[in-house]
Amino acid sequence: MALLQIAEPGESAAPHEHRLAVGIDLGTTNSLVATVRSGMSVVLNDVQGRPLLPSVVTYAADGSVEVGYGAEAKQSIDPKNTIVSVKRFMGRGRHDIAHIETLPYDFLDAEGMVKLKTIAGIKSPVEVSAEILKTLRNRAEASLGGELTGAVITVPAYFDDAQRQATKDAARLAGLNVLRLLNEPTAAAIAYGLDNSAEGIYAVFDLGGGTFDISILRLSKGVFEVMATGGDSALGGDDFDHRIFCWIIEQSKLAPLSLQDARLLQMRAREAKEQLSQHGQVPITVKLGSGEYVDLTLTTEIFTDITRTLVQKTLVPTKKALRDAGLTVADVRGIVMVGGSTRMPQIQHAVAELFKQEPLNNLDPEKVVALGAAIQANLLAGNRAAGDDWLLLDVIPLSLGLETMGGLVEKVVPRNSTIPIARAQEFTTFKDGQTAMAIQVVQGERELVSDCRSLARFELRGIPPMVAGAARIRVTFQVDADGLLSVTAREQTSGREARVEVKPSYGLSDDEIAGMLKDSFSHASDDAFRRALKEAQVEAQRLIEATQSALHEDASLLSTLERAHIDGAIAKLQAVIMGDDRRAIDEAMRDLSAATNEFAARRMNQSVKRALAGRKIDQLSL
Amino acid sequence: MTACTTTTPDAAATPVPPTNWQGSEGASPVTLSERAADHIAKYIAKRGKGIGIRLGVRTSGCSGMAYKLEFADAPNAEDIEFLSHGVKVLVDPKSLPYLAGTELDYAREGLNEGFKFNNPNVKDACGCGESFNT
Repeated sequence: MALLQIAEPGESAAPHEHRLAVGIDLGTTNSLVATVRSGMSVVLNDVQGRPLLPSVVTYAADGSVEVGYGAEAKQSIDPKNTIVSVKRFMGRGRHDIAHIETLPYDFLDAEGMVKLKTIAGIKSPVEVSAEILKTLRNRAEASLGGELTGAVITVPAYFDDAQRQATKDAARLAGLNVLRLLNEPTAAAIAYGLDNSAEGIYAVFDLGGGTFDISILRLSKGVFEVMATGGDSALGGDDFDHRIFCWIIEQSKLAPLSLQDARLLQMRAREAKEQLSQHGQVPITVKLGSGEYVDLTLTTEIFTDITRTLVQKTLVPTKKALRDAGLTVADVRGIVMVGGSTRMPQIQHAVAELFKQEPLNNLDPEKVVALGAAIQANLLAGNRAAGDDWLLLDVIPLSLGLETMGGLVEKVVPRNSTIPIARAQEFTTFKDGQTAMAIQVVQGERELVSDCRSLARFELRGIPPMVAGAARIRVTFQVDADGLLSVTAREQTSGREARVEVKPSYGLSDDEIAGMLKDSFSHASDDAFRRALKEAQVEAQRLIEATQSALHEDASLLSTLERAHIDGAIAKLQAVIMGDDRRAIDEAMRDLSAATNEFAARRMNQSVKRALAGRKIDQLSL
Repeated sequence: MTACTTTTPDAAATPVPPTNWQGSEGASPVTLSERAADHIAKYIAKRGKGIGIRLGVRTSGCSGMAYKLEFADAPNAEDIEFLSHGVKVLVDPKSLPYLAGTELDYAREGLNEGFKFNNPNVKDACGCGESFNT
């Protein structure tokens, strides 16, 4: 006899047509699976009633694999073949991984993503993650009594394409149909937004085991709009553990540790941190394999002291995300706390102090992401009426623009714009009779193309020949809901069109994104100077082109002496144009303008004469 | 998925139950087990609205009839109401002959948990029990 769940009025599924869908929080430290049962999002426990699955995988010599608590127990016995925090390696190269020297694994630097050499063979982070997902899938199918239709898997908002793709690949390998990858903070907001249905601006502060994400969301009429995101993909509870770990080594003046001892101390460090959330002080006593003893007491004061910089590291991106959203702390109605690490009183205090209000905690911070993902999965699997749908809006992480003359960037879509978005801007030709235009699409915050990332390049051909500046070319940037960018260039008089499609975040790691943002601030004044110089150079070039074209047409208006004078001024300008002395360029431009004043006046007179010749005054429309 | 054969019962032959059905006419009422009532009350509280639960049958499914188990936001004029462990149970008059005497239970089978119809009217059901014949 099948076990039934309560449906919404009028929405009972036909027999054998229940669409079983789950939400999976594939975490750095722990993973969870949740589903919607009788309208309520619940985390599915394992046979022993435990909700969390430690994201730990152990490989044995016979090829067998153990996942979860059993694998976690093997950490100190077999550290080399026990993979913890594999999420940090997803889609990353060797140089991207923090503290790689303290990790006990044999890394192989493979193309694109690191691989791990284990006793059961070479494993990619995708395969390791797939083992975790497989375990969750089996748990879900046993709990729901049927095959899963699909799953929503959450990823940090900062995950780039490579990391998202790796997550999808892992799901496929685990036999899961991915309905959607959902940003973790958005999932948390769904869980809270539904349960509390309170409208307004919310900050989602997510400090997990290995990642920190801050998102500024606006909830209104059931729509979640992500206004800004920020964070640090290499900051989490693990780093707090690491500080304690280092403190123990320092305090006990330990000799270099064996792999087992290092792992043992790391586990003790984590336990001490978790206990400190409850107690004022925690004794740490360990007997190491080397025969050394550790006998220390970690107090809240010491812990606060050694982790102060880590807490600060969470506040900087938080303030920045607020600035990006054009908001102040006073605009924030509530702060959603996500991730087990937000249980640390130090974090709670720091967040409360920054926002001048206590953060929200009514859902378990470790479960909230999975619960939200389950709600979204239930919806995407078609278990609810279409009218109930949410619109999930995302943002682009870096500005999109195109190259203009002189290698300058013209930003068309500013960063943190919500997608989908379409923005158009008009450009023109630089030279007389120019019939083609190269459009270089770039992403970044800097002023010069060479400092930004080139995404695509295409040409618009067949522009009717016109004088420089007369053509009107409308360039439209369009980013759809999946983050796919298409750029269209259209010449307005002829209707000639060219377009290209690109994926904006392709190949950009979050560190690169963070680095590019930082550069744009530290180079701001430098960039401003270079921009001004480039602009002067472009203007000078334009002046030379215009003068030469006029000389070509109306050379007869000038005496040899006058002509030589103008040619001299052009030569002088050409001599300084590529230098970086902006004043010299400005001066030479002034001289050239002065030299051509009389010439310009004569040309004007001539064209007026031509226009008026042989006409009566009443034939002219003045 | 279990393979089933489809037989649709003749809807016209459905007997019409008495209108003032409150279990007093000798026919068995529809009840909830205490566990089922607890879960329903919890779900309704979580959902934030709803006056009770609606049980019913409909003529779809592989063995002829399928159960309907839904939250109820408002009673229909012709509904028959039962009260069981403090939870209101609504049944439409056409479904009642198929459900009279049924106890809705909440069961746990391994990791799976959910509601179960203990229905004395069922003659045979498809392998999975999601649809049945009376």
